[in-house]
Order: sequence, then C-alpha cells, then structure tokens
Amino acid sequence: MTELFTSPAWTEALLILKSETLTAIWETLYSTVLATAFAYLIGLPLGVLLVTGETDGIRPLPKPLMAVMNFVVNILRSVPFLILMIVAIPLTRAILGTAIGTKAMIPPLVFAAFPFVSRLVETSLRETDKGVIEAAQSMGATPFQIVYKVMLPEAKPSLISGATTAFITILGYGAMAGAIGGGGLGNLAITYGYYKFKAIIMWAAVIMIVILVQIFQSVGTRLAVKSDKRIN
Amino acid sequence: MSRDNPIIELRGVGKTFQSSDGEVVALKDINISIDEGDIFGVIGMSGAGKSTLVRCVNLLERPTEGSVWFDGQELTGMSPRELRNARRSISMIFQQFNLLMQSTCLKNICFPMEIAGIKAADAKKRAEELLEIVGLPDKANAYPAQLSGGQKQRIAIARALASDPKVLMCDEATSALDPTTTRSILELIKDINKRLGITAIIITHEMSVIEEICSRVAILDGGHVAEIGRVEEIFSNPQTEAAKKLVYPNGSPVTHLKSERVVRIAFNGGTSYDPLIASLAIDCGVKVNILGADTRNVGGKAFGTMLIGLPNDNDAAEKALAYIRRQKDISCEEVEYSHD
Ligand SMILES: Nc1ncnc2c1ncn2[C@@H]1O[C@H](COP(=O)(O)OP(=O)(O)OP(=O)(O)O)[C@@H](O)[C@H]1O
Ligand SMILES: [Mg+2]
Repeated sequence: MTELFTSPAWTEALLILKSETLTAIWETLYSTVLATAFAYLIGLPLGVLLVTGETDGIRPLPKPLMAVMNFVVNILRSVPFLILMIVAIPLTRAILGTAIGTKAMIPPLVFAAFPFVSRLVETSLRETDKGVIEAAQSMGATPFQIVYKVMLPEAKPSLISGATTAFITILGYGAMAGAIGGGGLGNLAITYGYYKFKAIIMWAAVIMIVILVQIFQSVGTRLAVKSDKRIN
Repeated sequence: MSRDNPIIELRGVGKTFQSSDGEVVALKDINISIDEGDIFGVIGMSGAGKSTLVRCVNLLERPTEGSVWFDGQELTGMSPRELRNARRSISMIFQQFNLLMQSTCLKNICFPMEIAGIKAADAKKRAEELLEIVGLPDKANAYPAQLSGGQKQRIAIARALASDPKVLMCDEATSALDPTTTRSILELIKDINKRLGITAIIITHEMSVIEEICSRVAILDGGHVAEIGRVEEIFSNPQTEAAKKLVYPNGSPVTHLKSERVVRIAFNGGTSYDPLIASLAIDCGVKVNILGADTRNVGGKAFGTMLIGLPNDNDAAEKALAYIRRQKDISCEEVEYSHD
C-alpha cells in the first residue's frame, strides 16, 4: 500500500485512468441497461402472472403451473451469481458466439436478474388496492385491462423504486462479472488492482461504481416520489 | 310478490363461503325483485350479508345457490364475456370510493368508457359533462388525493354513470362521510334517479339513509331477508325483532299516553328539536307525546327522526299538525303505529 503515496505511481495511474475510464463506464452502463431491459422483458410478465394467477387472483392459473413458476424463480434466486455465471457460459456462447467481453456479461446478468425482477414486480403489484381492482371488475374490465390499466399504473411509483433497486443490483453483479472476463468498471478494478497490484486504479474504479450507484439511486427515488400522485 | 318489470331479480340466492374454519353461510334463500326506477334499500347490522348481497347482484361474488336476473336475462348463466357486457349496465360505488389514485379525476371518469372501447375524444367530452352533473367541473385535472371524501364520492358517481348504467349500486357509499356531506350525496343519487331514471340499490346500516331516499327496503338479518316492503310500512310497523332493533335502536319506544294518530317528523338540519316540542306546547297549547326518537345534534343542527303521538282530541291534533308543517327544515307525515 506504500506505493499509494509515491508520485510515479500516481502519474502512471492517472495515465491509465485517462485512457480507460470512459470506456469502462460506458461498458458498465451499456451492459447494465441492456441486462435490466431484458430482465424486465421476462421478469415483468412473470411477476404479473405470479399475482394474477393465484387462486384468488384476477385470472387464476392451474395450481401446478403456479408451483413450477415459483419453483424456477426460487431456484434461480438461490444460486449464487458467480456460479450462475459459470453455468451460463455454454448458453452465452450459443447465443453470442463468445463467452468473454462486455456483451457476454449480458445473458448471465439477465438470468440472475429476471427472477429477482419478477419478485420485485410481484411485491409492487400486491400493493394495489383490492377495492380498485374490484371496481374495475364491476365495470366489466377484462383481466388484461385490469393489469395494464389498473394494476401497473397504480403501482407505478413502487415499480419505479423496484426498477432502481434492480438496476443497481445488476450494476453490482456486472462489476462482479467484470472479474471473470467481462468488461466495465469491475474489470478495470480487478485487472489493475488484483492482477497488476495497482491499488489506486482499483480504488478509483470502486469510487466510480459508488458514485454511479448514488446517482441512479437518487434519480430513481426522485422519479418514484414525483410520479406518486397520492402525495402532493 | 308478482311484479311486472323487475330490473333486478334474485331467486333463491344463497352464498356459502368455505373458510379455513368451516363454512360460513352469508346468504340464504334470498328472493328480492327490484323494479325499474326504484330506489331500493338494503339495511342490516354488520355481518348481516349486505355487501355479499350486492356483490352477488353483479356476480363479483358467485352465489352458491339460486339465480340472478338482470333486465330479463339470467346473469348466472352468462359466459364471462356476456357478463362483462352486462356489468357495464350495473354500476357500483363503494364506501372507500376505489378511485384510481394515480389518475386524474377526468381519467378516472373516462376509465369505464376506455375499457368499453369508446373513442378517447368522445369519452373526454362525456366525462366533462358528468363532472358538471356531479357538481365538480373544476376538478378535471385534480388527483383523487387532492379531494375531500364527499368530492371523491362525487367523482366515483360520475365514473359510475359513465357507462350509461341502468342500475347504480351503492355499498355504504356515505358511511365514510359526515352527515352534511352524506345528505348532499344522497340528494345527488336521488336526483340521478329522477333525472336519468336509473334504478338505485342503497346498502347501508343507517336508518336515516333509507328514510331519506328509499322507496322500498329489505331488512337483512343473519343472511336472510327478515322483512321487505315499502319503507313507511316497515318503519312504522316493524314486525320482526331484527326490524325493531333497527327502527328503535335504543329499545322499544315508551308509550305513556295512548294516542290514535302518530306522525313521524324528520329533522333536516334545522336549529334544534327541543324548541319544537316546547313551542308546540306554548304556541298551540298542545301537548304531544314523544314515542321514539333517533336524532342527532350536529353543529347545533338537528338531524334524524322522531315519532310523535298527537293528542286524541281531533282539533288539537290538526292544530299541532299544521304547526309542524309550517316549520322550516322539518318534514312530517302521518304513519300507522301500533301499541303493544
Ligand atoms: N370472502 C369471504 N370469506 C368468508 N366469509 C366471508 C367472506 N366475505 C364475507 N364473509 C362472511 O359473510 C358474512 C356477511 O358479510 P358481509 O360483508 O356481507 O356483511 P355486511 O352486512 O356487509 O357487514 P358490514 O356492515 O360490516 O359491511 C360475514 O359473516 C362475513 O364474515
Ligand atoms: Mg359491508
């Protein structure tokens, strides 16, 4: 750690950071955004079904089907991300033709995140007032209309908070994925900090991750609060 | 009871819930038919099955026995799609309003039209008319959270009217509101019933609500209909224990004097009820007999009803009656009354 305070180390670190930081931030953002989007593509409908498909839901599904969906979600959620990432390598290779690089982080991230996202969505939708759903039913709304005109809009603030949590979690996972062949800030931290003993760069990368998390959390919270029409 | 043109008919309706600790019989053998254009009340103690009953009308709750008929069609025999269509003609308002909290009032009112596939521009125009009808034209862009309870219920009523329903069901629609607001909401429902010819079903546990606007009433007790008939008949001459408990919540009326003629006086927010009895004695020299009262003093104003026995002397009785009729904010009518 003594090299921290020697000026040649600082000069060198600054040079490396100058050339690598922007790319790393870009890679982190782009993989996180894409992975979050895909995770919601699967997790949002799944979360909706987990709520509406229940016995007393608005469109009950066969009990075995519900059991399978819950089982899959729970299993995927209980596998540690690092292991999931390794297990996903063949699949990633099949989809993208490669298992390393920034792009290759996306499939395992989606796999790890969609079950989590479906639970977040489930929790948000459960908060919808039963009375409002009943009112919509009494007006002759179809289950589909109830989902996209009542449940989702009514849960909007909570869904935004959930999406913020999901985004930040995926950003964290992405940093981890950087350690084993991914790109982004995580990769920067590991490559220089761990393999090349350049602690300054590692800490710089960590600080940038922290700053990104702070920014997205506060933007997300602000959006959620602003979108909530129950409090004014 | 044979009626020509019932809009809603329940035939032998029963509902049994299966819960973890056994069966709960919420309704049994309910036979009710409601005429078009009527304001029909359903009253009963908590747990009597009132909510279950209305929910059985639009099949939010499926009866476990019997059949439900709407406008000559059997709802209980319909496909989900047919039922959704029929439900557009049976609107409902709730104690907790159940508005979309994340949508503006205008969007709330547009909602039933939106799901019925009406064009957005037409829906908006109609919603604005409805805001006018319920007296809140300036609240189009407000959110429900910015409204008072009474205003929220007005928006809910506007929303309920948006689908041009034939029936408006109100489940404890005024129970979360203060007496003055309750009156204004009841006036609105009455007005809608008169102007638009919409049949109303009013669920309540408050006598005053039934008296205020209903023409017929069913008294529910422990899941069955204890009494059913015209409001005046039932309230002036309750037959069953359940009915008596509702009509005289403070026990049976005391009868000191035997009077032949009885009037029911409704106080609609005048100054107070004590002076009326006193001034009857002072101004007319007539002593009347209070047989029963269910009155409340709200902010120095009297609400509720009182049963008064008139003197046996006919002249004095007429004099008292005329005097009462002259009072502001008081309405009265003679009722049948039996002394037991
Ligand atoms: N979903 C349900 N499962 C089991 N029992 C139920 C259910 N809904 C209602 N009940 C029971 O049915 C009975 C009638 O309930 P209901 O809500 O219709 O009463 P209510 O007259 O509307 O009462 P309140 O004035 O308190 O609203 C009660 O004993 C209640 O416990
Ligand atoms: Mg109830």
